[in-house]
Amino acid sequence: MPDDPHSLVAPYALDALDEREEKEFEQHLALCERCREELAGLREAAAALAVGAPPAAPPPELRQRILDQARSERENVVPLRRPRRWTPVLAATTAVAAAAAIVLGVWATSLNNSSDPLESVLSKPGARLVSMGSYGGVAVGPDGRAVLALAVRPAPMSKTYEAWVIRGGKATPAGLFQGRAGTSVVKISKSVPAGSVVAVTVEPSGGSAQPTSKPFVLSRPVS
Amino acid sequence: MGRDLAHFTDEALLSLVASSDDQALAELYDRFGGVAYGLALRVLRDEALAQDAVQEAFLAVWRTADRFLAERAKACTWILTLVHRRAVDLVRRQERRRGEPLESVPEPVASEQVEEQATIRFQRQVVQEALRRLPPEQREALELGYYAGLTQSELAERLGQPLGTIKSRMFTGLTRLKDLLAQAGLEESLR
Repeated sequence: MPDDPHSLVAPYALDALDEREEKEFEQHLALCERCREELAGLREAAAALAVGAPPAAPPPELRQRILDQARSERENVVPLRRPRRWTPVLAATTAVAAAAAIVLGVWATSLNNSSDPLESVLSKPGARLVSMGSYGGVAVGPDGRAVLALAVRPAPMSKTYEAWVIRGGKATPAGLFQGRAGTSVVKISKSVPAGSVVAVTVEPSGGSAQPTSKPFVLSRPVS
Repeated sequence: MGRDLAHFTDEALLSLVASSDDQALAELYDRFGGVAYGLALRVLRDEALAQDAVQEAFLAVWRTADRFLAERAKACTWILTLVHRRAVDLVRRQERRRGEPLESVPEPVASEQVEEQATIRFQRQVVQEALRRLPPEQREALELGYYAGLTQSELAERLGQPLGTIKSRMFTGLTRLKDLLAQAGLEESLR
């Protein structure tokens, strides 16, 4: 009985699962149409509970804080112009190293637009491409500016991907992104010096100050 | 500038947010910021933390609005789910809360003189009435799970009930609540 994943749908809709249970249920949810349907209805009821909470007025400055922060982030994530051209290439490739090479290769040939963030990094002398396995890689400019290009599925609801620059055993948060169909191109918000490693973890929405899960993508050390 | 976003549906506003339209984000905040803050304050019982939760949730809306298109949900459900998730994450980090005694219906933290849309006020009355009509043990499971941010296992332990009982109270309670709200015609008016 405790192991029946269907029985977790209501606690999940109420956010009343611990981390491990939640992860397990989300895996189940991905495969179970019945639970997804049930969840949609139960979430509506849970959201009604939100409306049922006692009223309170947020301080007026909160609105401005949110809008300021939103505007300042707008430049961080750049939608890719031609995601479709990349996806079949990735899908058709099975060998990990080959996939990375092809992703990187396709970059190099598709960079014909001067406002492309990848090109702006790669066009500089001394820029390099660092593999991140089958997911893609990171372009690092001579000045340490870097852009990630990763083929990852959209992050689960209420989760986000977070990039990290790891150096000397210390992880520095380097930007959030959500993932998308095709390839996500994300500017790294921190400098990526030689000897460091770029990593990506899944974090709760809004990101974390330190990784709370193991990176599922790690670059080679940047030379 | 000059667009009247007031006539846009919540879902249309979210599509605008997905294309980085900050005025659409502002409009969504004007619609749901109050409910979001009331919820966060109810869960966290701390004004600074509640503001953090609301801010992080609306930034998550900003960053991930394109994800919403794939969700089978109303925009307000999606937004309030993000707010609740964030508030629960924060409250679970507050170790002090773990030792607090259970209380089903705590005093409202904020004043009652809150300006808000009449529709929201009406919806709140309907929801509170529906909650009152649930069997007490189901209401308790929903309130302690949703508002107090307890996990099902914590709840089982605190109430001295088997986990299976807690799960089924949550399920029956939520399903019943949904039916009561539908009877009250709220399903449609909750946009």
